[in-house]
Formats: sequence, C-alpha cells, structure tokens
Amino acid sequence: MGTPTQITDAPPPASQPAVDKRAARGATRPGDRIFLGLSRGSGILLLVVMAAIAVFLTYRASLAISKDQGNFLTTFQWDTNLVPPNFGIAVLAFGTVVSSIVAMVIAVPVAVAIALFLTHYAPRRLRGPIAYVIDLLAAVPSIVYGLWGALVLVPQMTGLFSWLNDYFGWTGVFSWEGGAPRSMLTVGILLAIMILPIITNVSREVFRQVPQMHEEAALALGATRWEVIRMAVIPFGRSGVISASMLGLGRALGETMAVATVLSPTFDIQASLLDPGGGTFAQNIASKFGEATEFGRDALIASGLVLFVITLLVNGAARAIIARRKEYSGANA
Amino acid sequence: MKLQRMNRRALALGALAVSGALALTACGSDDTGGASNGGGSSNAAAPSNVKCDDAKGQLLADGSSAQKNAIDAWVKQFTAACQGLQINYKGGGSGAGVTAFTQGQVAFAGSDSALKPDEVTASKKVCTGGQGIDLPMVGGPIAVGFNVDGVDNLVLDAPTLAKIFNGKITNWNDPAIKKLNPDAKLPDLKIQAFHRSDDSGTTDNFTKYLIATSKSDWPYDGGKTWQAKGGQSASGSSGVAQQVKQTNGAIGYFELSYAKDGLKTVDLDTGAAQPVKATVENATKAISEAKVVGTGKDLSLQLNYGTKAEGAYPMVLVTYEIVCDKGNKSDTLPGTKAFLRYIASEDGQKILSENDYAPIPADIISQVRTTIEGLS
Repeated sequence: MGTPTQITDAPPPASQPAVDKRAARGATRPGDRIFLGLSRGSGILLLVVMAAIAVFLTYRASLAISKDQGNFLTTFQWDTNLVPPNFGIAVLAFGTVVSSIVAMVIAVPVAVAIALFLTHYAPRRLRGPIAYVIDLLAAVPSIVYGLWGALVLVPQMTGLFSWLNDYFGWTGVFSWEGGAPRSMLTVGILLAIMILPIITNVSREVFRQVPQMHEEAALALGATRWEVIRMAVIPFGRSGVISASMLGLGRALGETMAVATVLSPTFDIQASLLDPGGGTFAQNIASKFGEATEFGRDALIASGLVLFVITLLVNGAARAIIARRKEYSGANA
Repeated sequence: MKLQRMNRRALALGALAVSGALALTACGSDDTGGASNGGGSSNAAAPSNVKCDDAKGQLLADGSSAQKNAIDAWVKQFTAACQGLQINYKGGGSGAGVTAFTQGQVAFAGSDSALKPDEVTASKKVCTGGQGIDLPMVGGPIAVGFNVDGVDNLVLDAPTLAKIFNGKITNWNDPAIKKLNPDAKLPDLKIQAFHRSDDSGTTDNFTKYLIATSKSDWPYDGGKTWQAKGGQSASGSSGVAQQVKQTNGAIGYFELSYAKDGLKTVDLDTGAAQPVKATVENATKAISEAKVVGTGKDLSLQLNYGTKAEGAYPMVLVTYEIVCDKGNKSDTLPGTKAFLRYIASEDGQKILSENDYAPIPADIISQVRTTIEGLS
C-alpha cells in the first residue's frame, strides 16, 4: 500500500536538506511533540487494529474448525447445518485465486496501455477527460457492477463462450457445456473492469515521474517513441506497476457483491473457465451469512481468516518483488 | 505552484458540489418516502377491526425473507390504524431472525422452519418462565419456473423433478418428460437446472418435498444448503427467477410471488386425476392436510407432501412467527399481541392471497388465534 504514495508524494530532492534542518530545530517545541505523539499513536493504532482483527478471526475460526467433520483445507462441501458439520475451503480458495488471476491477466496490460497512452501519446486536451472517466469507473458501487454483470454482461457472453469453445475447446480450459455463462471467466472479466481504474491511476502517476532526462537521452540516441517507452519508461515504472497491480489484486481477491450476483457457485472444481465451478471466499460469506446459525457464522469467519492470510501472502510477495527490483529502477534512487 | 493551488480550489469546489448534491438527494429520498407512505395509507382504507390495545413504541422483528413481502403488507395496514406503533421487520433470513430472538434483541422472529430443540432451550433464557413457540402464519407455494422456447405448459412429477435437479435427466427431449407431456413440442436442448447459491428455507422445503416423495431419486439429507452436485446456481429467489427468465432451457424453483412477467411454471402431477397448478388456492388446500405436531402451545406443522387430493399443490412452505408463550417483555407484549392478532385475523389472512401467499387453513389459524390470546 505504501509504495505508490511514496512515489507520488516523494518531495523533490533539492528541498530535502532545508526540510531536515527545520525539523531538527523545531524538535523541542510543543507543537512538534504533539504532532509526533499523534502520528506515532496513529501508527500504533493501526497495528492494534490489525492484531485485534487477527485475534478475533482466529478465535472464532478455531471454534468452528474444531467441530468440522471434514478436512478444513480439502473438503469439497460447505454445509454447516449438517450434524456433524462438513465444510472446507478447497473450492473457495481455487475460485478466489482463479478469478483474480483471470482479472489480472486482462486488466494489467490494458491498464498499463491506458496509462502509457495518457502520459505519452494522448493529446493534452484529451488527458483530463479520459482520466476523469477512469475515475468514474472507480466510483461505481460494486453491487451496481454486479447487477450490470448479471443482467447485461452475462447474456452477451454466450457468443464469446461458444467462439472460445469452437476454437480453443481442445485445451480443456475453454471447453463449454452450454450452460448459462456465469463462470469464472465472466467473473474475471467483471473484476478486470472493476480493478482497471486503480491500476491505471497508479501506473499513470508512476510513468509521469519518469525523468525527462532519461527520455531525452533515449531520443538523442535515435530511439523511436516506442523504443523510448521500452527502454526508459517501462523499466523505470516497473516496480510501481507491480505495486499498482497488487492493489488491484487485493480488490479482486476481496470483491463480494459483484461476484455473488454474477457467479453461479458450485462446490466442485472444473478445469474449464467457462463451466460453473468453484466459488470465492467473499461471495460464499455474503451468500451464506443471512441464514447462518451461530456455528455457521464461525465457519464463515474461518474462511475469512484464510482470505486474510492469502491477502497477506500476496502483499508480502509484492513487496519482495519490489524490493528486489529496487536497485535496477530509478524510482527509488 | 499556482497550478496546484488552483487545483486545490477546484477540488474544494468539487467536494462542496458533491456534498451539496448528496444532501439534496438525501432530502429528495426522504420526501418521496414520506409521500409514498402517505399515499399508501390514504389508499388503503384503515381496517376498522384492528385492535391497537394502546400499543405504542417500536416493535423490532427479524427473520425469514420469504415472508417479508407479507409482513410489509400487514405492517402497512396495521400502522395505518395504530399510528402509535412502529414495526420494523428486517428480512435478514431465518437464521438471523432466530439468533436475534434467542438473544432477546427482537420481539418476534419469522422463520421458514420450526425451532429446533437446542433453539427452544436457548429461547428459555429469554422467555422467563416460558419458551419460544412456532405460530404458522404464512403459506407459500414453491413454483418451479421453466424457460423452453415453444413450450407453454409443462407437467412434471416428483421423481422426474428430482432426476432433473440431480443431473440424471439432462435434455428436454428425455423420454421421461415426453411421457408426462405427450402434446408438447420438446426441443433437443440441454436442461439448465438452477438452485439457490445461498442457504435458504425455500431450498429446505423444496428438497423436503423431493425427499418425501421420491427418496430413491433424491439421495440427500436435505436442509437449507443445496446438496446435489452440478447444475447452476444464483443468489436469492429473485436471482433464480431472473436467470430462468433469461436462459433458454432453464428450470428453477422459487416462491410463487417471483413467477412474474411471463415466467411459466410447472404443473405438478401428484397422482391426482389432473395435474395441479401452482396457485395460492391449491397450496392452501395442501396445507389443510397438514398435522399440528408441536407440543403444548407450539403449533409447528407437518405437511403431507404425498397428498393426492384433487387440486392440492403439495410443494409448499409454511413460515412461522416465533414468540415466547410466557415471559414476553412487558414493553413489547401489547404491540406483539395486537399485531399478531391482526395478521391471524380474517382480514390479515385475506391480504396474503393478494400477495401470492397462501392463507393458513381455517382450523389451524383458529388454534393460532387462541394461542395468541394466551400470550403473556
């Protein structure tokens, strides 16, 4: 989360020493001490809140998992009303990961292309309006995406699905039995639209930071505009684009109402992206919460804990990638 | 720098405009809400025989979404007569309703199924000296909607229905379907059976019917969670109805009130001389064959799913109101009693059939009325 803001808000290097001097001189004044206390308090508060969430999730989850008849990690069923209850997250983990990957595969290239267009190709007059429209996409509530998806997108997908089945059905990934097109692929496309604005906006900010000197140097060496982008802009912005993608991935992993409205969840796993198979954590929680008993809620919380862990892992991986690339990138120089 | 400052000012202006617009829309929705309420109460002549019993304040309730529309219709009529009482029924689901009831958060709960023994035990903590009881109040036929081009009437029996939803019959031109519909032009088309993706009392009652009538074709335990493998799913009755409507070859189950806008429903071959249509009257006829199995003041019902009576549609669900027989909170008791008395009255039950629900048959509802008078 912190990386993109670092990039966008990084103060120009020239003013750095002046700021430092002023800060050093004022360290003993009461205003500074109050501000220090407030900001330190906010930092600690964040940690306390995270710890409280983790403790709450773990406690309630342990209540449910201890009574689970099946294996919590491998069972292909979610029935907490049975005696004894039988539930597992295998299908949910599969669906959550697959739908998010589909969304990323579609959204990241498009978002990067939009960002490059806005920073390097678009006429100045067009930049404002296009950026504005992208921001609008981010402002649409997810349930509205869900309704649009269920009522408009799903019926329109039939053509694409049968085309994919005709030409790529042999791969197994794109085979289709002719059911209503409410599968992982449809959800992935919808999620891609939903995470597009966040990836685009952050990438655009990153590409805008590319030092003019780098680009001019490349041009002076006789590079075409595409070569400038390939040699100067993309290497510079890579770690920023990765963290932008991770922000988008975080949203895709946790998306609830849109998925619950569009997906046809089933408790089995299909190789095909076009046939109904799998659900997602957030969708399952939203669907089952209303009729859940006390125990059922604990079980749902246990699944929420797994999502929490997956999201942590994804963020950790993103940070690791960025840290490794830092030395090659100009962004943090 | 200058540019930045200008941007900031523009931002502030924008924020102002947005918040202003929000405030305006907020007022707007308030206004329309008030207007529609006012219109509603003036249209509906206040029923003269609603007894308010000086009930005042606010009555909180939660539970089954299946009876939400019925409760809404009742609340509108009731509060038109008893303006001192506000009734707030959240249709958060039966599970949420029962939990809220056993935690003492609501005056009564709505539920698609009767209280289980452990829930009765839990209710004793809230009902001082008494326990939670089930009062059957709303019946609802579960319709099976279908969407097959060129087919307007479809007859199915329980075993065929079970095989379709269990993935054993996968094409509309299957001999089993043809046999029941000799005159229909059944296409060579894949059947897409839709079930509920969320836990639901509708699923519970639909599968209860399949278990009771064709156990060999429906080898599952039943319950609110859909247990068969395969098929398609959608969230909520409205979600299933919507998908059936827009998918050729689809079939799905939902409460009758969702069978609107040209959605066609299956006629059930129950073994009676004529296939039975999913209507409110036919559902009431089937409920009248139910037995009261609750003990004491509890009036939970056992439905006769296997009925072959002429014109009885046995695929029904009955939803209950759950209250304490003794030990209701003194501040909500008058309101609860007055409201329940109204909805169990002839006027109250009459409203049901106008809203695609089935009224509870006369002999059972009279027991309900007696029980309500005895609440304390």
